Amino acid sequence: MQNINTTPIQGSNWVAFQTIILKEITRFMRIWVQTILPPAITMSLYFVIFGNLIGSRVGTMDGLPYMEFIVPGLIMMSVITNSYSNVVSSFFSAKYQRSIEEMMISPVPNWIILAGFVGGGVLRGLLTGFIVTLVSLFFIDNIEIHNVVVLISVVILTSILFAMAGFLNALFARSFDDISIIPTFVLTPLTYLGGVFYSIKLLPDFWQGVSQANPIIYMVNAFRYGFLGKSDISIEVAFGLIMVFIVILASICLYLLHKGKGLRS
Amino acid sequence: MSKALSISNLSKTYASGTQALKGIDLEVEQGDFFALLGPNGAGKSTAIGVISSLVNKSAGKVSVFGHDIDTDLTAAKQNLGLVPQEFNFNMFEGVEQIVLQQAGYYGISRKEAKKRAQPLLEELGLWDKRKSASRELSGGMKRRLMIARGLIHSPKLLILDEPTAGVDIELRRSMWDFMQRLNEQGTTIVLTTHYLEEAESLCRNIAIISQGEIVQNTDMKSLLAQLDMETFVLDTQGLPEQLPANTGYELRKRDETTLEVDVKKGAGINGVFSALSQENINVLSMRNKANRLEELFVRMVENGDKANSAKGAGE
Repeated sequence: MQNINTTPIQGSNWVAFQTIILKEITRFMRIWVQTILPPAITMSLYFVIFGNLIGSRVGTMDGLPYMEFIVPGLIMMSVITNSYSNVVSSFFSAKYQRSIEEMMISPVPNWIILAGFVGGGVLRGLLTGFIVTLVSLFFIDNIEIHNVVVLISVVILTSILFAMAGFLNALFARSFDDISIIPTFVLTPLTYLGGVFYSIKLLPDFWQGVSQANPIIYMVNAFRYGFLGKSDISIEVAFGLIMVFIVILASICLYLLHKGKGLRS
Repeated sequence: MSKALSISNLSKTYASGTQALKGIDLEVEQGDFFALLGPNGAGKSTAIGVISSLVNKSAGKVSVFGHDIDTDLTAAKQNLGLVPQEFNFNMFEGVEQIVLQQAGYYGISRKEAKKRAQPLLEELGLWDKRKSASRELSGGMKRRLMIARGLIHSPKLLILDEPTAGVDIELRRSMWDFMQRLNEQGTTIVLTTHYLEEAESLCRNIAIISQGEIVQNTDMKSLLAQLDMETFVLDTQGLPEQLPANTGYELRKRDETTLEVDVKKGAGINGVFSALSQENINVLSMRNKANRLEELFVRMVENGDKANSAKGAGE
């Protein structure tokens, strides 16, 4: 007992943030077979089936070989789904096991909790995006990056946005079913219809208009612009929309954390 | 000097309409070892939940070492440690990882946290298990892990919500010893427990809560002084059909060889033996029927229930 330190110390938010990030990295690396490996396998299948087998018959899309056209979209698809699913499953598990109480009783501010979980989601999204990029190298000759600043900023902002969306889903979720409903019935359809596999210029005018209500269109196109210099929509509009969504989602998440939605009775 | 814990007019009504706390007032002095007792559903865990920011209060004030949880929550949290009743750590995380993470949430650097964690885990017998996943620990080890986690930031006020529930006697005794030494070093402790013997031997002050109200708040000595009667159980070689009358004591036969006797405080028990010996009843052994605090606790909770029923009837 003599060795036990009983002197309280004043801590820093930066340490708390690092702690949450490290906890998240440890979590998704511990279960890498569930978190890191599947996107690599799934995306390899997409490259083989859509890129090689079907793509060779499609020819070009928006003036690009079909395989090259789908690479940015598939990378973005893995970033979106992994950023989202990391946060939704990690935060909901913490709620379910009540280990979230460890943070709730401590002086760590709500914005640090949000930033920590979102940071974890972004890191997993970027890691899987990087792995998918490496896999894509087996299917295309080389990757030429048109605008590296646009490329990096779009992928980071998009993963922040979807990590926050995952956080919001986890706040409302009461069961494990609730954390799979949004990814299955909202996220996956929006991603498939988000210009990953086709240019929206192929659609009739009416459906082009409808497609523009899908936020993922803007992210995939902005990312494709960063890669290949081709986009169906304005890059400025895409950045503006992503930023607006991030601000709205962050505000909602922080408000709900303050109220203790799904956390405090 | 500010109180370690000050609660004023604290109320909590859940969305279901259940009124768990009905305007309770409570003060815990710095350095105290304080017992908060009450039957299941009395409102103890709700009160602890409000103090530790896990439950939203409906009304009232709570401050920890002078820091109001409404206006100075960060400082209040820095001073508070909680060992909850139910295991609430991530079952897939390692023992040391859980403790270091908790330190991190309090802003303690990894280097400093490791320095603090080792003696704590050694003291609680968990050092050898530091790399094990928490789900692999025994029940007693899980309880000790929660204590280590609650102490890693060296709180000035530690709330222990039934820390020895489900723990074997030997381990319970060593945990009592640990808590006592912690208190002697200056940590204020608030303890809830169903083992009233635990509260009686460890705590200096006590509050009893029943149906969301504090029915008793005093020091342990004064409370035990209220006990005016003790019941003893005597094991004999055999008892006659009719128990002797006019002994001056209330005698009750429990079975063919066991006798219960009520003895007024200060009356002494020698007379019981004399009276029984005159009737050729040989006493083989004797023990207290129940823990002293338990008798008072039951009486007070029952009185509280009756008062509430009467109030309800009046309304």
